[in-house]
Amino acid sequence: MTTASPAQEIPRVNGRLRTALSSRTRPPRANALSSTITFGWRAILKIKHVPEQLFDVTMFPIMFVLMFTYLFGGALAGSPRDYLQFLAPGILVQTIIMITMYTGMVLNNDLKKGIFDRFRAMPVWRASFLAGAMLGDALRYLMASAVVLTVAFILGFRPDGGVIGVALGVLLVMVFAFAISWIWTMLSMFMRTPESLMYGSFMFLFPLTFISNIFVDPETMPSWLQSFVDVNPMTFLTTATRGLMHGEASAGDIGIVLISSAIIVAIFAPLTMYIYNRKE
Amino acid sequence: MSSGKLLAIEVKNLVKTFGETQAVRGVDLQVPAGAVYGLLGPNGAGKTTTARMLATLTRPTSGAARVFGHDIVAEADTVRSIVSMTGQFASVDEDLTGIENMVLLGRLLGFGWSEARERGEELIDAFGLGDAANRQVKTYSGGMRRRLDIAASIVVTPEVLFLDEPTTGLDPRSRNEVWDIVRALVATGTTVLLTTQYLDEADQLADRIAVIDHGKVIAEGTPGELKASVGAGTLHVRVREPEHRPAAQGILAQALGVDIELGTDPSALFARVENTGGISAAFDQLSRREIDVSEFSLGQPSLDEVFLTLTGRPAEDQDAQDETEEAA
Repeated sequence: MTTASPAQEIPRVNGRLRTALSSRTRPPRANALSSTITFGWRAILKIKHVPEQLFDVTMFPIMFVLMFTYLFGGALAGSPRDYLQFLAPGILVQTIIMITMYTGMVLNNDLKKGIFDRFRAMPVWRASFLAGAMLGDALRYLMASAVVLTVAFILGFRPDGGVIGVALGVLLVMVFAFAISWIWTMLSMFMRTPESLMYGSFMFLFPLTFISNIFVDPETMPSWLQSFVDVNPMTFLTTATRGLMHGEASAGDIGIVLISSAIIVAIFAPLTMYIYNRKE
Repeated sequence: MSSGKLLAIEVKNLVKTFGETQAVRGVDLQVPAGAVYGLLGPNGAGKTTTARMLATLTRPTSGAARVFGHDIVAEADTVRSIVSMTGQFASVDEDLTGIENMVLLGRLLGFGWSEARERGEELIDAFGLGDAANRQVKTYSGGMRRRLDIAASIVVTPEVLFLDEPTTGLDPRSRNEVWDIVRALVATGTTVLLTTQYLDEADQLADRIAVIDHGKVIAEGTPGELKASVGAGTLHVRVREPEHRPAAQGILAQALGVDIELGTDPSALFARVENTGGISAAFDQLSRREIDVSEFSLGQPSLDEVFLTLTGRPAEDQDAQDETEEAA
């Protein structure tokens, strides 16, 4: 750029414009991996440019850990510190599962924008748009996990499973989170606004995470409630995560989470792709 | 292509139905390569839906279309590799910066990271957005956003560019900038299909125009042909006080012996005249009755008048069904 050029502001047909327009370079078509990585890069840029969206992801879990540990810890487990050993893995489950709804909200927003038309009119593997969004989700899950575990650790969470147990626990929660994010992805294609999607998923997730073994042992619950807790996938997930973090998970605990994740993906992923490909 | 003229787009009886609404009811088009082709019509006429079908964003209900010989349904992927679409609403990511948008699209089109950045910077500079390259697009003005939008459409110069109402909502200066870009693009060999509801835009830019109304092409030709089909010449009169218009209409009708039509501007009147006899008498009559005129000219009919003649109503008369909402 030379300072001598006064045409910086107005693109009156100058030499630069003509040169730029006459370029006929046609690169080879982007492959599936490369377009997925590119969409993932976009998801990360969006988090970087709109960091406010991380507020919920970080403040919500901090509040929950503090509140539940000190409000109920003494009453439920004798001391807040003892309760925290039980609660921390469960809060991690609740936090990550609650933020899966962002996947749907982000997509719902995107699908209505002109940029989505541009992506669709490009010769790229269509599913890479969704796959790339998942990379952004992974970042969000990891950040939320780091916040929850750090706060819990400061308050005295000392898992017997050590670093490896905790890492495996986070991994298992993420697997399940990816599975159920397909449900929100599918709903995002129907819902009119991101808000309606949020309310819808909240209505579903809030009872699902509370009526489980995240906060208390279900033994004291009435039997009808217990029978729900016993089949709630959040209970399986929490049991397995707690088990992994404390080094006492059984293969059955983990297996049932992996199997239910697989079933959810098997149902919702093809359905979502079918709707997505037909979207106009 | 028996005429020897290469067709960029060939459309046969294209139909699109959204539920009960027939947005496009059998459009035929033949768009020659290397020119600007205008789809002109009011809101809801079916222009956007037609362009979206050609850009493979919407599946036709029936009918067929080819872009440089490639079927838009069966060979959608090939079509996607040679066309580009700039939608009516900014089709760039507002949360990202200008250069990030360009790198994103360059990558998706197959460039490596550094090539995508190079091409992005080249276009951003050429479009006069160099100073704003690292700002989020949401801080851009309407004109800047539109320029980025068009720049984003030509990261890989397309064979056919669809521009859906490229200047709607722009100030006159930004509109001229967009027009200059379109002309420069066509000069380098790209075919542009432009939808617009602005008659002067079609007149200024398009080599050929199809007038669309209620999902059908009701007239087609060069701007000159369209005007000629309406009549040899048109007398344009504008009264200074709109309340004098009815009186002026009576006087002119009597003096010229033809129907006097009313323009959309409350002070405008016009009449198709076959000869110039009686025109000076008409002018005398108006001044004798002290009806002050701000315009009294004989010339080619404007596209507004063409539309009025073709449809019996002015182009601004918007239809109940709003296709733009439907398509979005």
